Amino acid sequence: MNFTLKIWRQKSPDEKGRFVTYEAHDVGSGMSFLEMLDGVNQGLIAKDEEPVAFEQDCREGICGSCSLVINGIPHGPDRGMSTCQLYMRRFPDGAVITIEPWRARAFPIIKDLVVDRRALDRVMQAGGYVSVNTGGAVDGNVLLIEKDQAETAMDAASCIGCGACVAACKNASAMLFVAAKVSHLALLPQGKPERTRRVKAMLDAMDREGFGSCGNQYECEAVCPKRISVRFIATLNREYLRAGVVESGLPAEPESPHAESA
Amino acid sequence: MKLDPKIPAGPLETKWDRHRFSEKLVSPNNKRRITVIVVGTGLAGASAASTLGQLGYQVECFCFQDSPRRAHSIAAQGGINAAKNYQDDGDSVARLFYDTIKGGDFRSREANVYRLAQVSAQIIDQCVALGVPFAREYGGQLANRSFGGVQVSRTFYCRGQTGQQLLLGAYSALCWQIERGQVTMHPRTEMLDLIVIDGQARGIVVRDLVTGRVSIQTAHAVVLATGGYSNVYYLSTNASGSNVTATYRTWKQGAVFANPCFMQIHPTAIPPGDEHQAKLTLMSESLRNDGRLWVPKMAVDHRPPGDIPAEERDYFLERRYPRFGNLAPRDIASRAVKTVCDEGHGVGPGGQGVYLDFADVIERQGQDVVHERYGNLFDMYNRITGEDAYRVPMRIYPAPHYTMGGLWVDYNLMSTIPGLFVIGEANFADHGANRLGASSLMQGLADGYFILPYTIGHYLATAKLLPVGEDHKESRAALQRVTGRISRLLNAKGRRTAASFHREVGKFLWDHCGMSRNKAGLELALRSIPALREEFWRNVVVPGSGEAFNQELEYAGRVADYLEFAELLCHDALHREESCGAHFREEHQTTDGEPMRDDTCFAHVAAWEYREHAVPILHKEPLAFEFVQPTTRSYQ
Repeated sequence: MNFTLKIWRQKSPDEKGRFVTYEAHDVGSGMSFLEMLDGVNQGLIAKDEEPVAFEQDCREGICGSCSLVINGIPHGPDRGMSTCQLYMRRFPDGAVITIEPWRARAFPIIKDLVVDRRALDRVMQAGGYVSVNTGGAVDGNVLLIEKDQAETAMDAASCIGCGACVAACKNASAMLFVAAKVSHLALLPQGKPERTRRVKAMLDAMDREGFGSCGNQYECEAVCPKRISVRFIATLNREYLRAGVVESGLPAEPESPHAESA
Repeated sequence: MKLDPKIPAGPLETKWDRHRFSEKLVSPNNKRRITVIVVGTGLAGASAASTLGQLGYQVECFCFQDSPRRAHSIAAQGGINAAKNYQDDGDSVARLFYDTIKGGDFRSREANVYRLAQVSAQIIDQCVALGVPFAREYGGQLANRSFGGVQVSRTFYCRGQTGQQLLLGAYSALCWQIERGQVTMHPRTEMLDLIVIDGQARGIVVRDLVTGRVSIQTAHAVVLATGGYSNVYYLSTNASGSNVTATYRTWKQGAVFANPCFMQIHPTAIPPGDEHQAKLTLMSESLRNDGRLWVPKMAVDHRPPGDIPAEERDYFLERRYPRFGNLAPRDIASRAVKTVCDEGHGVGPGGQGVYLDFADVIERQGQDVVHERYGNLFDMYNRITGEDAYRVPMRIYPAPHYTMGGLWVDYNLMSTIPGLFVIGEANFADHGANRLGASSLMQGLADGYFILPYTIGHYLATAKLLPVGEDHKESRAALQRVTGRISRLLNAKGRRTAASFHREVGKFLWDHCGMSRNKAGLELALRSIPALREEFWRNVVVPGSGEAFNQELEYAGRVADYLEFAELLCHDALHREESCGAHFREEHQTTDGEPMRDDTCFAHVAAWEYREHAVPILHKEPLAFEFVQPTTRSYQ
């Protein structure tokens, strides 16, 4: 198979980028999209030209490194997968394929197709954890967790932090990312003591990092490689509302036995 | 050099407790003034960095990925072992210890392995407390499954994404410590050399992968959690960034490297396709719980699998190892697959593959049950091969997966360089010559959460550590080694890409130092690798500059290290004149092809010391078995 690629090239964050056209020849239909790009790059390197910078690592859809907008869609045409899981048999021979980086204010471009996604880490640092010291944890079976509850928490927890949801959103909102973490921890008893603080801190951090607000268009769900449902955004909103009620209500000091029972 | 493993005396069961009590502590006031470097943020690195931060040390933590959450532990699928005995099926600390020692073919230390089994239960509790959503039973209790090489159900799991969930747990703990200011995180920063001052590890040289700036980071101690080196084979199940650079360059600074030839080849990966392939994708070992491996009895049989009647199928694992059947340990299963393929029974392109068939379990329990257990793996298989494994059997073939070898460490996880600690897959300590499934996650977290934080304290409390800085002559020398190498790579301006060298050395190792090895092949490899390395430095091409984001430069540096490290691997495989665990020397087998171990001559850890332009020096740490009797490891 042969393809024509229009790839975004940008030397550095400050320089202006542009599309450059490359030809990919003799591509096997069983090759992955990234292996096809490897081939193009090998050709460039052999000519001592700078290869196209793009991110990848595990190449099995779990590390969340890969991040390409393919023909206008983050992670390409198929649902429920990341770029590294896309194979060339999915494209007709001779197709013209446009490849761009994630585009969002909170994700500045580093080079070509590589963006800086540290904003997501900073949102996590604001509250995406359970503050528990190493050592002294109670036996794992002390708190029983309903199977369905655990499964739903797992659905949310399977987020790989790739940022496709942000790249797909008109407002470059990170709502689905935040919702996944807030829901995962709010669903489990271990995450409950900090749920009030967590949801506010993470949403504040999201705003601070320059992510937009949710526009209810579900683009995020459509491109999520782990098919994380927008229902978790509803959970996030409910958690946020609940946090407001708890904070504005009667004393929420730790000694109040009712503070967390709302 | 004398290798002192520093194993505490006394009964096995109480060694760790007594050792912890005898260790000196660092007072809380002093911890604040102590800086520890942690390199790598997989399960071992992230758990160690967060725990050290929580204890009050100042931690400088480095990873080459753009976020600590992307370390390759994330890709572990199957599960994590722990001696909880929740199933009441006869499990115990002693049994997990014995299974691990036996699984490692009696080439690991009793004391280390016993400690690992002891802390295993705590790991599960810690992970639950961090919010890891383990699979649960309907009654709300934690669920278990069984995993290769054992007869109890002690594996805890989160669907087929256990590594991801455990890593996200450790990452979240790390996030908390970053927020508290205890840990400073340096993502997209690669360690390129170690700084040793007055015989102690006192810092590292790093390159900022975005700006290209090379700088010095000093500290009171250095912890390496930089994973394994399976990528030396070019094609492996590892992430493409996983590499040997940190441990290899540390070796060149004086840390000895133990058992490099102990290399786990995982039986169930998707078979290799064309030459452009960049990696081999693992299908979780848990699939062997329900899938049955078979090949056609007739060699070179091109019929579709469905047309081959049951009596014309060879369920070779069930035939050769009736007691364990399809759950035989990884090294044994891999070799059995290779044997049937070498004999011409392999299926798929090039005859490199065997069937992993789910028809029986689907008929017995229904497709829904199989979907619930392995749905994501079946989807992954479908995407890569275009085949539906609910209807036709999967095809699988072994692939390099995990390295039991690594930098030598004592009981305290300290290398031969004082102040340099090595944890997780990067060290050699616990798995002997073969690792059991679901034990790597256990070891990574045991080292990081529960062992290193104690043992490093004793070192910091007792070692005499003078202030050192960036201007120390050893720091400058290390910096120069790094910048010198970078400019050599950029100035070679040859005609071949780094990947072409990587593929060549990888193929060479796979052929001569892979699933089976012999003297002639290893000697051929040792003669050929230096020539390839020489060509690399003369003829490699690395475009771009060193003072910018340059992925090809990063990669070429790693390939240069593989070209040296490959030789060390072959030296070790050549020295070990026995077959044990994953290391199979063709000269040492029984008439039915079973491995023959030699406890008289090889019950030792082979630890290699670097010598410039010379064959490395072999040191031996004898393995004493006081509590278990090494037996022939039979799974028949």
